Amino acid sequence: MKNEEKKQNHNQEICHLNPDSEIFFRIRAFFRTQHSPADFVFRTILLFSGIMLFLLILSIFCSLIINSMPSIKAFGLKFFTGTVWDPVFEQFGALPFVAGTLLTSFIAIIITIPFSIAISIYLGEFSKSGAYSGLLKNSIDLLAGVPSVVYGFFGIFVIVPAVRYIQIRFNIAPYGVGILTASIVLSVMIIPFAASLGREIIEMIPSEIKQAAYALGSTRYEVVRHVIFPYAKSGLIAGILLALGRAIGETMAVTMVIGNSNMMPKTIFAPANTMASIIANEFTEAVSNLHLSSLIEIGVVLFIVTTIISIAGKIIIRKFAVHIS
Amino acid sequence: MENELLIVQNFYAGFGRCNILKDINFTVYQNKITAIMGPSGCGKTTMIRCINRMHEFSPGATYSGKILLHGEDIYSMNPILVRRKIGMVFQRPNPFPTMSIYDNVISGFILNGIKLQKQEKDKIVINSLKKVGLWEEVKDSLHRRGTFLSGGQQQRLCIARALAMNPDVILLDEPTSSLDPKSTLMIEKLLEELKQTTTIIIVTHNTAQAARISDYVAFLYLGELIEYGATKKIFTAPEHKKTEEYLTGKFS
Amino acid sequence: MMETINKRIFKDRLFTIIVVVLAFTACLPLLGILTFVIKNGLSAINVEFFIRLPKPVGEHGGGISNAIIGTFIVVLIAFIIATPVSLLTGVYLSENRKSVFSEVLRVSIDVLASIPSIVIGIIAYLWIVKPMKSFSALSGGCALAMIMLPVIIKSTEETLNMLPLTLREASFALGVPYYRTILKVIIPAGLSGIITGILIAIARIAGETAPLLFTAFGNPFMNFNITKPVNTLPLVVFNYSTSPYEQWHTIAWAAALVLLIIVFTFTLIARIISKKWKTSF
Repeated sequence: MKNEEKKQNHNQEICHLNPDSEIFFRIRAFFRTQHSPADFVFRTILLFSGIMLFLLILSIFCSLIINSMPSIKAFGLKFFTGTVWDPVFEQFGALPFVAGTLLTSFIAIIITIPFSIAISIYLGEFSKSGAYSGLLKNSIDLLAGVPSVVYGFFGIFVIVPAVRYIQIRFNIAPYGVGILTASIVLSVMIIPFAASLGREIIEMIPSEIKQAAYALGSTRYEVVRHVIFPYAKSGLIAGILLALGRAIGETMAVTMVIGNSNMMPKTIFAPANTMASIIANEFTEAVSNLHLSSLIEIGVVLFIVTTIISIAGKIIIRKFAVHIS
Repeated sequence: MENELLIVQNFYAGFGRCNILKDINFTVYQNKITAIMGPSGCGKTTMIRCINRMHEFSPGATYSGKILLHGEDIYSMNPILVRRKIGMVFQRPNPFPTMSIYDNVISGFILNGIKLQKQEKDKIVINSLKKVGLWEEVKDSLHRRGTFLSGGQQQRLCIARALAMNPDVILLDEPTSSLDPKSTLMIEKLLEELKQTTTIIIVTHNTAQAARISDYVAFLYLGELIEYGATKKIFTAPEHKKTEEYLTGKFS
Repeated sequence: MMETINKRIFKDRLFTIIVVVLAFTACLPLLGILTFVIKNGLSAINVEFFIRLPKPVGEHGGGISNAIIGTFIVVLIAFIIATPVSLLTGVYLSENRKSVFSEVLRVSIDVLASIPSIVIGIIAYLWIVKPMKSFSALSGGCALAMIMLPVIIKSTEETLNMLPLTLREASFALGVPYYRTILKVIIPAGLSGIITGILIAIARIAGETAPLLFTAFGNPFMNFNITKPVNTLPLVVFNYSTSPYEQWHTIAWAAALVLLIIVFTFTLIARIISKKWKTSF
């Protein structure tokens, strides 16, 4: 009898009552689940591919930093305040391109907001199914699938002449190409992206809340204005932020219509270059090491900016989703 | 006549530092239906999942003690072999959605990579489906997906799938909780027939069901085995006050 | 009282009209793009266009067979590199949902997805073009593979996460080892979602231009050697559309049309698969 009691106590001690033993148990549990060598190999392969991917991203970052070192050493912070970009005299200041990127993407976002929100409201609230919303939804999906080089092509032959026409009417040097043109093309490209995010956000709002407002006799406008917008505000802002990240990194369409000028842009009609388009234009022509590394440094900045924006956007959306549920 | 098949000895189980089962001891007899009942959260499901070592898939699972099958501790055996000898049927019917009815029945062989002759396969499928009374209903649609069947049929398909492996014991974890009364009755009848050839352990929160079909009953309460014995005795003259309170609906 | 109600209804009407007008205006560019591409491109499309090589400026005719083959080669390389790794990683993430490493990995994959494609091009240039001292189809394929990775990983993880837990339990309870459960039960059950993800990733990279500018580079000749530069459809569209020659513009429109057809076909197949071939539980 005593023996049995002892044994019982022993069992309890091993397995449950010793608070320090949790890690020990987790390790034991891990090995217990490795029923066969094949399982162990399989789990190791899975883990290995995960680690590989992590290392890939880490080495992308390191590789970019290392290769932009010559330029970072040569110019330091002046790289971002210098307005002269001259490969011949090896003077590299990226401010014109930073300005170009900021201007094009912000104008593009401003054009995008009303359209994308209108689409989100239409698809998320006005008519969730039916012929028209199906048409709209499919068109948006198709627009999202059009390659950016085709947008650029379309820009050259449709939007550039249109802008040139306006410029002639207003007595501005009729380049056609330039920041405004690039912004318009960009906005056409990011509307589908922003709209589908916005629709998801609006559809996440619990219908009881909307129905409560309708039941009080609100019109649809009032529901959208006083219920949906306040509720979905953070999500919609995150969607716009993610669209901004897209706009900043977009290369081809912008390169084709922005006019490729390394001067500091003076008006929104002026030809310019964005950070992405200068890389596209000059990377293959860069002969000197410093030129190449300056372009890579611009790439690093693009990387960091788009990463921060997209992670911030994702965090806001995740918080929004948690808040909703 | 009554052979001891499965003996649970000083069994403890839990998650992390939290204990679910405390010092469980009971014996399961061959060709009998043993029901495990108790209020929700008392550890019924954990108990049954320990018997075929499914418990250890849960994160942070801990356990100690012995469960002897034919006198051999299952915790010193390869868990894969344990699960082939001890079949399990779950709360919700879960036939493999990518497989036909035919393949679902022999999925234990297919998935384990055991090659069978066509005749052997046919024999196993026909036998298993006949045992669960599904043969007449599905014999013309054996190559349709198992997910087209109704809930009750799906659950019987899952039982057939477990039977196909010819297990020593079949564990059923509230097999009728997601079914309508008619299907429930059908499965209960089926279990009565099945005990001629196999041993059944069933978890149920429904005391009436335990009374209807089981030969032995284990009453679990807060992770402890309060009472274990022949169904007739437990339901007519329970020794423990807790058992009596539970059976008379004082708590649930 | 009546007046305010009328005012409210008026406001509501106005709002509705604005929303509808804005929403459908946003679709006009699609109409524009399709009209332009089809109108200008269709005339240049004939059998020759698909089987001939490009001709120098001034000479009539010529085709883009090299670019079609090149697109195929580059996409195939990307597919071969990206698919196995991303499937395994997707499975890892859905199998280890809550581990710390999974969280880190998820953030890293978001980072990878947010890197502008031109920067991916720089990486492929630094890692492959520079050491090999030549632009190549291989480097282009690798760049596209890096763009494909996050798309497939995300879709695989999300598809597998939606599978019910009972499915794996059913398999484990039959004594099936872990690796067989994943390969024979979990992955087949999520197959349509996984394939959809791969097709969408292909549609996405088939139209990518920026990362190919200094990797695949472009090549006026036919090339099957993956260590040499290769032409692709997006590069043709880019190079020819920015050239001053009218005749090349026509070829660019036609190439754009072919590109759009390829991209939309993949998207369409992906949609059909995800709708029609869905595993029901």
